[in-house]
Amino acid sequence: MIDPGTVDLARLQFAITALYHFLFVPLTLGLTFILAIMETVYVMTGKTIYRDMTKFWGKLFGINFALGVTTGLTLEFQFGTNWSYYSHYVGDIFGAPLAIEGLLAFFLESTMVGLFFFGWDRLSKVGHLTVTYLVAIGSNLSAVLILIANGWMQNPVGSEFNPITMRMEMSSFWDLVFNPAAQAKFVHTVSSGYVTASVFVLGISSWYLLKGRDLEFARRSFRIAAAFGLASALSVVVLGDESGYAVTEHQQTKLAAMEGMWTTEAAPAGLVLFGIPDEEARANHAEIKIPYALGLIATRSADNVLPGIDRLEVTLKQRIESGVLAVGALDRLRKNREDAEALAIFNAHKLDMGYGLLLEKYTANVALATPEMLAKAVDDAIPPVAPLFWSFRIMVFLGFAFIALFAIAFWASAKNSFEHKRWLLRWALWFIPMPWIATQVGWIVAEMGRQPWTVYGVLPTHLSASTLTSNEILLSLGGFITFYTLLLIAELFLMFKYARLGPSSLGTGGYHHESGGALPHGAVAAARSGKEV
Amino acid sequence: MFDYETLKLIWWLLVGVLLVGFAVMDGHDMGMGALLPFVGRNDDERRVLINSVAPHWDGNQVWFITAGGAIFAAWPLVYATAFSGMYFALMAVLWAMFFRPVGFDYRSKVANPIWRGAWDWGIFVGSAVPALLFGVAFGNVLQGVPFHYDDDMRSIYTGTFWALLNPFALLSGVVSLAMIAFHGANYLIVRTEGVLRSRARIAAQLFGMLTLLSFAVGGLMLPDLPGYILISGPEAGAVQSPVDKVVELQDGAWLANFSRFPVLWTFPLLGFIGVLAGMAFAAKLKGVAAFVASSMAMLGIIFSAGVAMFPFVLPSSSTPSHSLTAWDCVSGKFTLDVMFWVALIMTPIVISYTGWAYRVMRGKVTLAHIQANDHSVY
Repeated sequence: MIDPGTVDLARLQFAITALYHFLFVPLTLGLTFILAIMETVYVMTGKTIYRDMTKFWGKLFGINFALGVTTGLTLEFQFGTNWSYYSHYVGDIFGAPLAIEGLLAFFLESTMVGLFFFGWDRLSKVGHLTVTYLVAIGSNLSAVLILIANGWMQNPVGSEFNPITMRMEMSSFWDLVFNPAAQAKFVHTVSSGYVTASVFVLGISSWYLLKGRDLEFARRSFRIAAAFGLASALSVVVLGDESGYAVTEHQQTKLAAMEGMWTTEAAPAGLVLFGIPDEEARANHAEIKIPYALGLIATRSADNVLPGIDRLEVTLKQRIESGVLAVGALDRLRKNREDAEALAIFNAHKLDMGYGLLLEKYTANVALATPEMLAKAVDDAIPPVAPLFWSFRIMVFLGFAFIALFAIAFWASAKNSFEHKRWLLRWALWFIPMPWIATQVGWIVAEMGRQPWTVYGVLPTHLSASTLTSNEILLSLGGFITFYTLLLIAELFLMFKYARLGPSSLGTGGYHHESGGALPHGAVAAARSGKEV
Repeated sequence: MFDYETLKLIWWLLVGVLLVGFAVMDGHDMGMGALLPFVGRNDDERRVLINSVAPHWDGNQVWFITAGGAIFAAWPLVYATAFSGMYFALMAVLWAMFFRPVGFDYRSKVANPIWRGAWDWGIFVGSAVPALLFGVAFGNVLQGVPFHYDDDMRSIYTGTFWALLNPFALLSGVVSLAMIAFHGANYLIVRTEGVLRSRARIAAQLFGMLTLLSFAVGGLMLPDLPGYILISGPEAGAVQSPVDKVVELQDGAWLANFSRFPVLWTFPLLGFIGVLAGMAFAAKLKGVAAFVASSMAMLGIIFSAGVAMFPFVLPSSSTPSHSLTAWDCVSGKFTLDVMFWVALIMTPIVISYTGWAYRVMRGKVTLAHIQANDHSVY
């Protein structure tokens, strides 16, 4: 049995490195498309300023992208280093989308990104534009594949257990690819990336407008970000709802925890808008509830009952008991592959085997588990309510706040009045960190909500880790924290430096700082907004 | 279309091809990085060197990522066992590699010489340390590493990090670092001119010689090194677990495949001839030919190790019967089949557009170009 302390440390390390990686991913996903839009306008209109925009926002994209690549390396190998039993147990399925991600997406994205930065003078206009689109497509394709892998952890379809090799094996590739959990996650995740990038461009452009410099440049960037952002913010909420619908079907424990549903209500259940979940009392304090709303949203019907934690625990207990039989039968099969009786028992209960394994946290021989152990395992099977409940509410609140911001920004941009609405510009500027908060808590909902499983219903987290000592993981964790902190400082330093410099960093001679600040309205930039000669 | 045994064999070959692809592609920019502080003596010179790989290093690094992903998908037990076992070796590789993407992209964004100098050494560490450690890892795999499986097939590693730094493994590390630096020098002969090119030429001779020597010494050590012999076990094509077989150790057993199939001597021979030819071409400043020759040399050297061990891929020194072979470390037939088709379709596409990218960016990187494009180059 693995020391529970090392499992917690391995989880902490994974959480830190994955969340850190996801500081850079959303901006890449969205900014590549914004760059493609800007360059499309350049190619269609021939106005130099749009090329400058592509190059300048591309510079900031590059600063972000370098750390995305760096931190992605860790994730590619961490399953093997720290989750070796997981890697053995599900590598047959989980490894495939990762390998395909490399072949199909990373090669494309990474090869083209080099040409994006260095190929301006070597490619035709349309050639370079194609390259930019391929970067965007490559980075979004990588999101498809990694979310197919993650979707399988949430809803393990297209696979079955093989007693000879002691692992899960793929039975249908298409079930894996078209897993509804993966599809819903993909659209939700990439839209959140588009929102992140839009807020980023909108906020920095607003700062130039507030400072009254490089106005032509900032106005055009603002407009593109407002339009792209509005579409993305709407889709992130609508498709987030789709993601929630998928959760309803596949992960009732996650839904119950994030909605604070301690008890089962008659359909359609009410939505807790606000409350303070209390794990001890198994109730929410100071609850504000909208009647019927959750049942209607989550089940898309008026009469499907959403099981609360009380009812889920009854089912969980039955599944654990059934799983114990499967684990016992598997032990017999491992000793004698011809044991027909054991095979029959195994086949009857194999879908619950993962639940039986939950007991291995407390005893090596699950058949001898006491009722107290069973009760603890049932308790473990419900993810922690308060962090999920709060994370989910923060994410949703921010989701609606983005819609409000972009709706107003878009409207002001259509009316051509945004430059004078200083409150809007300040709002956009100070909102820059918000998409990062939303995406981070979003992942906390998704991954903490999957606990106590690495693969939902199949493989418990406490069995998945490598046999390392606490000291070994502490040392590596210390290494990651040290290096990641140093790199983040360098990244933020450059990001601020170049965001402050603005398009003057391109060295075209046409922008604010290059004229010694003598051209507050960017007279040269105004000239650059004309067509190329 | 293929039976399980054939698929297992194909995947052994494909993993080999991915490793060679990684060595050839990422190898030349890692080689550049390992030579950076020595071949480039001032800021402009170093910028020329860095910009010779600027548009390509990221795509090349994907060979590393894809090799990791492919091993996960096709050889999950190797992925699980090797990376958790050689934990700190892999951590060191990762931490060193952190400094490459960031070093390339951030270095020239600030003019401060201390900033630039620090990232130059970052790029050096990010290139030389992984190049060395890949060889060290290979050297340990050739000797076997101490691991076994419990009843649930959980891998348990019983060695330490320091034990990985044994003489044969370090020698393998030298082979790997030397051949990558040699390859990088050949690449620089193609892409640079003047004084940088002459220095790259000298580096090619130096590291070519070191590759030859260390590879030869490694070969001479092989007869005294314990190898592994598959005594009995399930048929190659059967669904099996690595604990189902019997394996024994015997000194010099890694030469058995060569005595049985003398044609396999082609690989070590290719290693030697490739290095010698590469050195000769480099001396005449025929960069492209030297680059092709060092690529061939790396293919020869990597496959020499691979065929010596075949069918073993990760022997266990503590419980030899739990060693991993190409027959029992693999995914199920269905996954191997799917992944084979994906690789068959995608690899030529990847190679084509990578080739196109190099064609677009072809030609010498010059000091004048760097100075004229201060704001847009690395």
